[in-house]
Amino acid sequence: MNSKANKQDANKQDIVNYAIALGDDSLTLGHRLSEWSSNAPFLEEDLALTNVALDFIGRAMMFYSYAGEAEGAGRSEDDIAYLRDCRQYRNLLICELPIGDFADTMARQFLIDVYDVGFYTELMQSVDETLAAIAAKAIKESRYHLRRSEQWIKRLGDGTGESHDRIQRAFNDVWGYTHELFEVDKIEESLINQGIAVDRPALKTDWERCVQSVLNEATLDTPDGQWSIRGGRAGLHTEHLGYLLAELQFMQRAYPGLEW
Amino acid sequence: MNHNALPLFEVFIRSKRGLDHRHVGSLHAQGHEQALEYARDVYLRRSEGVSIWVVNSSDIVASQESDVEQFYDPMDDKPYRHATHYQLPDEVKNL
Repeated sequence: MNSKANKQDANKQDIVNYAIALGDDSLTLGHRLSEWSSNAPFLEEDLALTNVALDFIGRAMMFYSYAGEAEGAGRSEDDIAYLRDCRQYRNLLICELPIGDFADTMARQFLIDVYDVGFYTELMQSVDETLAAIAAKAIKESRYHLRRSEQWIKRLGDGTGESHDRIQRAFNDVWGYTHELFEVDKIEESLINQGIAVDRPALKTDWERCVQSVLNEATLDTPDGQWSIRGGRAGLHTEHLGYLLAELQFMQRAYPGLEW
Repeated sequence: MNHNALPLFEVFIRSKRGLDHRHVGSLHAQGHEQALEYARDVYLRRSEGVSIWVVNSSDIVASQESDVEQFYDPMDDKPYRHATHYQLPDEVKNL
């Protein structure tokens, strides 16, 4: 094989890994949101949250299925979701954190929704047509997610003393996980330069402005960035991902190849 | 959150263009905006419609059982008010 073909193969594998990482973001967050099913504060919110969960799980299916196709090794989206362990998962850490209470869930969701609207708007411009098509579908969902979560932040922040304190604490607790949203490694940087991947560091200014303006309106303080945790894209996860995967993958691990 | 503290809204859905909005049910929400979103999440999950109205249930004025004699009975013996003798073309599906 000549060196050009080698380079193309390397690049193809990078795109496969990129699609899997985006699928991992969607699947882990979708799974977390699905944990609210039958447990949300009231019926209407229960249905709304699980709708959002399904949007993310659908997104994961599209990314995985594209990754499997591009890879050409016969892996299905289920294989990618169910047959990898923690270290092979590449999701951003914020997506795998436990749901906590309703404030924790909504604070995390709002921060990700703002990020997703920026991210998918850019991914729609990707020179990779499949990624751009997935983004075109996802952006509509994310705009709605943001509309919902933004209202919850304002409602809770500017609500009662207790709701204000709890949503403020939730933001303080999750804040250190947001820095990772805007950091890329060399491989992703190369995909950015080729117009395939989204320039995530470039999203940060708009993200901060949007988050801060909503928090201001919600009478909340923007946490100061004194601490930060990273590692998701390198496969270095929090302790929580193992438990998430244990539940998510149980059936396929216990009964390999099971279909229903 | 105390669910009972949330006001009740009636939901009306237009299933496709050209048809009327129909009452499909009710839900609890904190205000009109949230009611609209919950209506979308609760009643439109399977593409059931293209337009939603939500109305505060307390804004609906309903006729009472005691109104029956005055309101409805007088119409029973006036068949000439009914458009029952028109032949409808097959193409007309909703009238």
